[in-house]
Amino acid sequence: MFIKNMLLTAAVTLGLSTPAAFADGHGGTLDKIAASGEIVIGHRESSVPFAYLDENQQPVGYSIDLCMKIVEAVAAELDQELTVKYVPVNPKTRIALMANGTIDLECGSTTNNLTRQQQVEYMPVTFVTGTKILTRKDSGINSVADLDGKAVALAQGTTNERAVMAAVEAAGMDVKVLPVRDHAEGMLSLETDRVDAYATDHILLYGLISKSKNPDDFAVVGEFLSFDPYALMVRRDDSAFELVGKKALAAVFRSGEIDAIYSKWFDPLGVPADPLLKAAFKLGALPE
Amino acid sequence: MNYNWNWSVLFEEQYLNWLISGFGWTVSVALSAWCIAIVIGALVGVGKTVPNGVIRGICATYVEIFRNVPLLVQMFIWYFAVPELLPADWGRWMKRDMPNPEFVTAVVALGLYTASRIAEQVRAGIETVPPGLTAAATAHGLNVSQTYRYVLLPISFRMIVPPLTSEFLTVFKNSSLALTIGLLELTAQSQQIAEYTFQGFEAFTAATVIYVCIALIATIIMQVLEKYTRIPGYVGKEG
Repeated sequence: MFIKNMLLTAAVTLGLSTPAAFADGHGGTLDKIAASGEIVIGHRESSVPFAYLDENQQPVGYSIDLCMKIVEAVAAELDQELTVKYVPVNPKTRIALMANGTIDLECGSTTNNLTRQQQVEYMPVTFVTGTKILTRKDSGINSVADLDGKAVALAQGTTNERAVMAAVEAAGMDVKVLPVRDHAEGMLSLETDRVDAYATDHILLYGLISKSKNPDDFAVVGEFLSFDPYALMVRRDDSAFELVGKKALAAVFRSGEIDAIYSKWFDPLGVPADPLLKAAFKLGALPE
Repeated sequence: MNYNWNWSVLFEEQYLNWLISGFGWTVSVALSAWCIAIVIGALVGVGKTVPNGVIRGICATYVEIFRNVPLLVQMFIWYFAVPELLPADWGRWMKRDMPNPEFVTAVVALGLYTASRIAEQVRAGIETVPPGLTAAATAHGLNVSQTYRYVLLPISFRMIVPPLTSEFLTVFKNSSLALTIGLLELTAQSQQIAEYTFQGFEAFTAATVIYVCIALIATIIMQVLEKYTRIPGYVGKEG
């Protein structure tokens, strides 16, 4: 009897109730922010230089700067002071936390793809990258074809994981895959020689090299294995909030402010904006 | 909440296989760690009550270290730090050639951590045996090891079955931390399903239900054990 009751309770609490994450007003997220006076930003912790923790454990980076532009625009739109609350996210949690209303805006290194758009929505493209392989210079790995018989670390829940797995399966290679949680752990596995390679978006690999103890030991190799346009993530079916964000970003693109923000974060890595990204900025600079 | 529910993903062959495989790893890690934990926990727990001060000190130190460092940190230490501290060849073997390194590391970390908790329960069990019994055993001419073997251990081990039940459940739940070192157990597999299908809530619900079922079965097994090991009039219900 007791067990039967317990199972009933479990069933009721699990599936049959949906948390009232926020009121379904016309302005969804805007209403929620107006009511609470705070905007909740989901940020990554080791996506250099997009969103990572600085020496003081504060989130900083290219995506964070762009998000702050949106926060200013939201504050202007609502005409009230807003406090910013930071919530760390990782590839595994970001979609769920956005869908369930925990975070209002995700600032990291998230690829905009159509499968994800079943659950979330995206701002205009803010970066263009793709999967490449990071390895030791002396490993003898120059492309994905050289991974046969080697060990590679892949971050769970990333588009890169799937891109590499697809390439490995297509070539029928025998590769030992170590699933890791984030880039920091992938790099740690490579540095401690647990694996021979780590694969993620090429720009993040340069960030990881710049932060490593011996940057000269590592190299980014091979062709692009995927096309990954990054964008800030917002909730789905919330065009009012989305529009505020789009306006803010269009203004940044239009005024050329984007170049200064880009230089601030990418010059130290020695990565100039490629023509495709410049075109994306131009296309994002919609007229008022 | 604007979320598109879709329960059918759980029954697609690929994802169902993931859940089954995750269930398998969860049970394997938990039961293997439990075997380590029971053996070491019993030895250390007894060691904390013996008259010899040196042994008591060693066992107390073990318990304090393994009980007070968070399990997550212990997993990381075993996985990332220990291979670096060993001689290079051994470390390389641990990282590259050891079969199933994630599994072995998780079992060792979880086993040694749980052992420290079981040791405390064993010690408490032994200390609850009335001192009169020890005195009587000594009066009968039993030496220390005989007193433990014939009097203290048979009584105390029966008495700690109920607290061991919750420890047995905890070992299953703690096994989920093995995902942090790349073992694809049940929680990790449900996260994988969430990533591939973006139906996270369904995937985690499935994992939750499976964990609850594991816990219920484990509880039933321990209740049967409790019934057979009960000392009439000592602990638990008559029956």
